[in-house]
Amino acid sequence: MALTGIEIYKFLPKTNCKKCGFPTCLAFAMKVAQKTVNITTCPDLSAESRAALEAAGRPPIQLVTLGSDSKKLEVGNETVMFRHEKTFFHPPGLVLRVKDNAPADSLQQQVQAAAEYKVERVGRFLTMDGFAVENTSKDAATFAKAVEAVKSKSDLPLVLISQDPAAMEAALAKATPGRPLIYAANKDNWEKMADLAVKNKCPLAVSSNGALDDLTALVDQVSKKGIEEIVLDPGARDFGPSLSTLTQIRRLALKKNFRPLGYPVITFPGEAAASLDTEAMLAAQQVAKYAGIIVLDHFSPALVYPLLTMRLNIYTDPQKPIQVTPQIVQIGTPKATSPVCITTNFSLTYFAIAGELEAAGWAAWLVVCDTEGLSVLTAWAAGKFDAEKIAKSVKNFKIADNVSHRNVVIPGHVAVLRGELEEELPDWKILVGPREAVDVGGFLKQNWKN
Amino acid sequence: MPVEIPVEKWNGQVHQVKLGGAGGRKELVVGGENTLPFLKFEGNIPHRPAVAIEVVDQPPQGWAEPLVKAWGNVLQDPAAWAKKAAEYGADLISLRLRSAHPEEGNTGADHARKVVAAVLAAVDLPVIVLGPEVAQKDNEVLVAASEVGRGQRLGLGDCLDKNYRTIGATCLADGHVAIAKTPIDMNLAKQLNILLSDLGLPLDAILMDPTTGALGYGLEYTYSVMERLRITALMGDKMTSPPMICTAGEESWRQKESKATAGVPQSWGEQEQRAILWEKITAIGLLNAGANVIVLRHPRTVEDVKAAINKLSA
Ligand code: SF4
Repeated sequence: MALTGIEIYKFLPKTNCKKCGFPTCLAFAMKVAQKTVNITTCPDLSAESRAALEAAGRPPIQLVTLGSDSKKLEVGNETVMFRHEKTFFHPPGLVLRVKDNAPADSLQQQVQAAAEYKVERVGRFLTMDGFAVENTSKDAATFAKAVEAVKSKSDLPLVLISQDPAAMEAALAKATPGRPLIYAANKDNWEKMADLAVKNKCPLAVSSNGALDDLTALVDQVSKKGIEEIVLDPGARDFGPSLSTLTQIRRLALKKNFRPLGYPVITFPGEAAASLDTEAMLAAQQVAKYAGIIVLDHFSPALVYPLLTMRLNIYTDPQKPIQVTPQIVQIGTPKATSPVCITTNFSLTYFAIAGELEAAGWAAWLVVCDTEGLSVLTAWAAGKFDAEKIAKSVKNFKIADNVSHRNVVIPGHVAVLRGELEEELPDWKILVGPREAVDVGGFLKQNWKN
Repeated sequence: MPVEIPVEKWNGQVHQVKLGGAGGRKELVVGGENTLPFLKFEGNIPHRPAVAIEVVDQPPQGWAEPLVKAWGNVLQDPAAWAKKAAEYGADLISLRLRSAHPEEGNTGADHARKVVAAVLAAVDLPVIVLGPEVAQKDNEVLVAASEVGRGQRLGLGDCLDKNYRTIGATCLADGHVAIAKTPIDMNLAKQLNILLSDLGLPLDAILMDPTTGALGYGLEYTYSVMERLRITALMGDKMTSPPMICTAGEESWRQKESKATAGVPQSWGEQEQRAILWEKITAIGLLNAGANVIVLRHPRTVEDVKAAINKLSA
């Protein structure tokens, strides 16, 4: 949240001493707001005012970055409670927890499988974001070795889990540079953990199982050490506490501008779950309801594919619908006699019609027209789905080269386009299909002679 | 300094809707909350979301293998299926009269009467009856179902903008609840509630079906329309205040991710686990967006979703 000149002015000494080179403090403040001059140019600004100014200028939820520049994970900096209010910006990191006392080869196998995993959806590759190495052995050397082993198989960001500052220090020696998240400072070890975070320039997680008061106190303490990138673990684990507590933290940050809790939250769905599926369900809830980093205890393609899909859905910008590339899509293995259907490149429309054709067992040629990501009716109303456009797609995609017939099905909602379309496509017979995708199977059964 | 927990002051609340509770049928009440889903620290949530299991009036065509395996023989017999569903912990039954579809049997009112009577006799749970999703046939079989279940406060759907007069009047006459379905749009949902109210149907006899997009197939649209509907209701808009019902099972099991046994990328993982999780995650997402009734298909989904609801409501 960038501050205005007036807001910055409030923090200045207001002496108009001109040492900054500007005639007044206000003039200086205006230039700072425009970012043409740095705040440090005022020699009389007290350290306290500067800290207050910086705090006021940072976003209500701090952006936290893990990992190296080439493989970084950015979480936080969210601005709304509900995605429809604007959008959610930084998808929560999904990281897999591995234990340092696991046999080296099994550990490396786990890491390799998760690190190499990728799945394609709407033209994007979805992947895991990192690993959390836990000091289960309670031994510093074992911990450091495990970090080395993980790093030998993956350059994804790391979370280092240990309550013991000595073990943490040993692991950090292997993990830096690369900005791992240090997990975690608690009420007993916070001072040493904070020092490690400062020294290694790493983000620091703080954890407290008690009320939010304790967590707040802890954040205050580590902040005073100069740590800016903090991740919160409020200790809420199961479905109910996770939803309530994470909602409260998000609200405090966004609605009350409550600085001490203006940080992303880390969750551990596996700790409350009795089964793999429950872990995935809880993680899915946390994708929607306010987690910044989600530490999974299990990895398998069948578990993470739905979860990554959930994340893609929830973090899609509601103002910018995902578009499908305009093209001819083959549903099943269409033949020269298979139906030709017209649709828009709004992803939901496309998926609905493609799904229904598939579900009804039809092989078909689906002509996806460029409607700039609008649905049938909206695109038609906006003049982006008219006879001319459809005719152009039919011609440009050369669908006639693929089929032996000359019948094309248009969506029922644009039945009015039939006449015009017959003029634009004189060789083709225009069939008006159903209004809803769900009826396309029945429609073809009745109207399409193979 | 103690942290003050921020609490929203809502003026409105979700209507309470009763299903069953008469004619020997168990009573189920949903809705009534005056806060967002499961936020007990800020409001009153008198009734937890209910789990319905979908039963079809004829052996379903094209159902995915894990479903067929889980239900086995009862797929042949809707009454036995409903009984089994009750054993698996359903709070209510959602009976789909698929055989009335012109393409899938084209049965009529007589058959509908028989099936509905058989299911009502088999279980004492509340029952929702849904037509084949073809307007005239919907009207025919739902009116028949309504007569059979007169006074037992069934749910009847889909009640759409094109047939709301018939379904609304039938619900009014026989004391049922209309399942008012609109295509993922807040204003259309509200509009249909207004039309039904104008017809004389009280808001506590409506469940809104905002149309479910499955995980990966429009879930985010349904999710956000539901959040907007719920927030509007809590801000005091009566016409968006009926409880919401989501057909998570039907939608997620239609998708390739649930059905495909072969020829899919390895990164999709093992089919049965993926398919069931697809349904579970669709369900947990929609429950967090405000679903009051969630209609499911797989028994293991029912088990886990019920457990999650219990934990969220504890
Ligand atoms: S140096 Fe600082 S105090 Fe002096 S005029 Fe500039 S802003 Fe004001």
